[in-house]
Amino acid sequence: MRTPVAYYLMLSGILFMLGTVGVLTRKNALLIFMSVELQLNAVNLALVAFSRLHDDLTGQVLAFFSMVVAAAEVVVGLAIIVAIYRRRRSVDVDDVRELRW
Amino acid sequence: MPLDNVVFWVFAPISVASAIGMLLVRNAVHAALFLIVNFFCLAVFFLLLDAPFLFAVQIVVYAGAIMVLFLFVIMLLGVDSDVPVRERLVVQRPLAFILGAAFVVELFLAIRAGVGFSTKAPDVFTANEAGNTQAVAKVLFTQYFFPFEVTSVLLLVAAVAAMVLAHRKASTVTQAEIDAAAAGSDADELPVYGAGATP
Amino acid sequence: MVSQPDGALWLIPALPLATAVVNLFWGRRLGRWAGWLASASVALSFVVSLALVSQLVAKPADDRLFLQHLFDWISVGRFVVGMDLRLDSVSATMILVITGIGALIHVYAIGYMAGDPRYGRFFSYMNLFVFFMLMLVLGANYLVLYLGWEGVGLCSYLLIGFWSDVPANAEAAKKAFITTRIGDTLMLVGLALIVFRFGTLDFEAVFGTAGSVLTKDAATAIALLLFAGAIGKSAQVPLHVWLPDAMAGPTPVSALIHAATMVTAGVYLVVRSHVLFELSGLALTVVLVVGVVTAVFAATCAVAQQDIKRVLAYSTISQLGFMFMAAGMRAYGVAMFFLVAHAFYKALLFLGAGSVIHGMHDEQDLRQMGGLRRLMPITFATFLIGALAQAGIPPLVGFFAKDAVLEVAQHTGREVTYVLGSIAAFLSAFYLGRMLFLTFFGEGRSDRARQAHESPPVLWVPLAILAFGVATAGWLNLTPEGRVTGFLEQVTGAAPVGNGLEAAALAATATVISIVALALTWWIYGSGRVDWIGFRERLEPLPRAALNGWYVDRAYDIAVIQPAKTGAWITAYVIDDRIIDGAVNAVGGGLKLLAEGGRRVQTGFVRSYALAVFLGAVAILVYVGVRS
Repeated sequence: MRTPVAYYLMLSGILFMLGTVGVLTRKNALLIFMSVELQLNAVNLALVAFSRLHDDLTGQVLAFFSMVVAAAEVVVGLAIIVAIYRRRRSVDVDDVRELRW
Repeated sequence: MPLDNVVFWVFAPISVASAIGMLLVRNAVHAALFLIVNFFCLAVFFLLLDAPFLFAVQIVVYAGAIMVLFLFVIMLLGVDSDVPVRERLVVQRPLAFILGAAFVVELFLAIRAGVGFSTKAPDVFTANEAGNTQAVAKVLFTQYFFPFEVTSVLLLVAAVAAMVLAHRKASTVTQAEIDAAAAGSDADELPVYGAGATP
Repeated sequence: MVSQPDGALWLIPALPLATAVVNLFWGRRLGRWAGWLASASVALSFVVSLALVSQLVAKPADDRLFLQHLFDWISVGRFVVGMDLRLDSVSATMILVITGIGALIHVYAIGYMAGDPRYGRFFSYMNLFVFFMLMLVLGANYLVLYLGWEGVGLCSYLLIGFWSDVPANAEAAKKAFITTRIGDTLMLVGLALIVFRFGTLDFEAVFGTAGSVLTKDAATAIALLLFAGAIGKSAQVPLHVWLPDAMAGPTPVSALIHAATMVTAGVYLVVRSHVLFELSGLALTVVLVVGVVTAVFAATCAVAQQDIKRVLAYSTISQLGFMFMAAGMRAYGVAMFFLVAHAFYKALLFLGAGSVIHGMHDEQDLRQMGGLRRLMPITFATFLIGALAQAGIPPLVGFFAKDAVLEVAQHTGREVTYVLGSIAAFLSAFYLGRMLFLTFFGEGRSDRARQAHESPPVLWVPLAILAFGVATAGWLNLTPEGRVTGFLEQVTGAAPVGNGLEAAALAATATVISIVALALTWWIYGSGRVDWIGFRERLEPLPRAALNGWYVDRAYDIAVIQPAKTGAWITAYVIDDRIIDGAVNAVGGGLKLLAEGGRRVQTGFVRSYALAVFLGAVAILVYVGVRS
């Protein structure tokens, strides 16, 4: 391996940052969800990078589990979005604000 | 020039660019496609990092299943465009960028102080002795067996949850049934729902 | 020096206490019997007192002391106070007066208060008063004395305001209680000083070691503080203002409490504590000055009063001044004799006034009376005896008492005291004569006066008994030089003797002064030759000022009461309502504002929540980074 591990980590950080900005900035619930997936992937990258550094498969296994859970989460999240859409005809998160003062 | 270096420096910009692209486009389908590109790049990185099993799983699960699911829902709901209404929360965008930048800076400092920018991974990945998949399987079914079972239950629960959440009450009269009833007795074929048609 | 009686000492206060309780709870059911029960109990107490006192007298002169320890009242560390009773010559004198005259007044009250709806309650309070007064004089330490002191104050309040449906009565009761409270509080400080210095309140211990324990200043402080209590309770200047208003109570109350017994508690206190007073010469001088000033001041007020009971009230104040005069000149035996004599004739005068009021159908104004001597002969006769006694006409007992005081003054070189005392005596005879002639002589000046009738026997028999006592005391040689003071000398010490005019000359002078005063009043009020209404009007504004007690009440009102009321109003409505409640409400209001501002965090926008989470995450990272 010629590339220093730190480069992978920085890349992972940048991707995570982009995902976060996407979560905070977008209004469409589906796009927000996709940004969350981006965040999760960035973390997976960091996990695998560390696993390679420390010569331990734990990081890879953890990334694997993360993918599984992300899949389950996407399923449930999309079901919720569909349910909300059915009620309100909109997936704009700014419209869902009853729980306020 | 070592091969992994070249590959890294080719695919890293691509992944960042596709992520930025995903952020900027209006159309949800385009954004999903950009994300798929990003996932492919990440799969390549996994390969570079001596994790071929994850490379395959990433493509199959993420790009193949999850993103397809996304696209299904986008098409189903017909919410293609993210209409740029004026931002209600004024501080949101600037503050998000500032915090993001701060986060990256922090991370840079943390990495520099921790791992260090010159540390390279050891040349040989000894954990992969017997092949990556076998090694992963071995660890997965012995050391991490309990989380493995739990996640399988989780998947089951997620599937049930999705069915429950998305379920429509049986008594609700659908538009199709109303049309069929109005049209007469020969309307015994279900009409096709296209994108944008509301039930 | 201590002997145990056959345990009967406690019976003396216990009997009235028991009947007080009985009348309190079952008074209504007893009906008329409540009064007889109460009187019987006090009379029985008198009999027991007589028995014990005769036992006491039978002992040799230097062994006349009975002590009885009932139980340990307070026992804290080394400070022990017992419920102890003490019978020596001074307290013996007092209990005989209290129970004897008290019994007569109770019998009188049976008739006077007949028909009152709270008849039983009245006698309960009267008995309770007798109980507390007996505890006051029988106490063997200052705390039992104080118990009685406070108790009689309470009963005085209850009895003055007995007819509580009239607001003025309640006001008078309050005034009495609060005014004496000032004295009581100072007295309590005095008691605290005694505990501080002596570690005990027991009379034997305190008086035995006072000479070695106390400095002159400490003795002065304690004595003056105790005397402050006496000033309040005995209505001396400047705390005398409650007694004239206390006449709002029923006449038996005025007779018992405000003439014969409670107001004399102050004199008793001074006589009992004379050891402390003598250690400080200043205290005795203060007592003397207060006594003289009060005697003259009150006498001037009495001259102008129009209400028959108020004349007697101011008269009481003045006569108490005489007693303190005697005490201030170290003539404690004389003071005690004066106390006993005064109890007799003042009670007689008050009960007589009550009889007059009863016969006049509750009219108390002197201007409405007149010519009653033909319509109420027995009342007139007894009242005449009482008035002449106080005026100092020999051989009635009052003559001996007053003459003794003036004699001591003259013999010990206190010329000013002698002159002022004589002036007070002159005024005393004057107002008595005025009262006598306006009430009983001339023609009736109102319908009530013309239709007055004599009182029933239950009212005039006590009058007769008292009159008999007043008349015969001197004849029985119960004079200051005689048995009484000799009896008391063991406790009080001998009266000071000195050189001066001969006793006979002094006696003659005093008698002449009294006769001149009486003659003057006969000429003005009795003979019908002087228009006394016009006479009074020509002297204005002096009579009006005297009638209002030389405006002392108004001065107190302006200087003390209004500021106190304003202070109370400020405390209640400004400090409590606005500041304290305001602070509390402000805290509440502030919290409310805080909450109202705070709840705006819940905007409902998911994205701002996410932003907040991310902000927190970044902050934590910074903190961790900086730390390491």
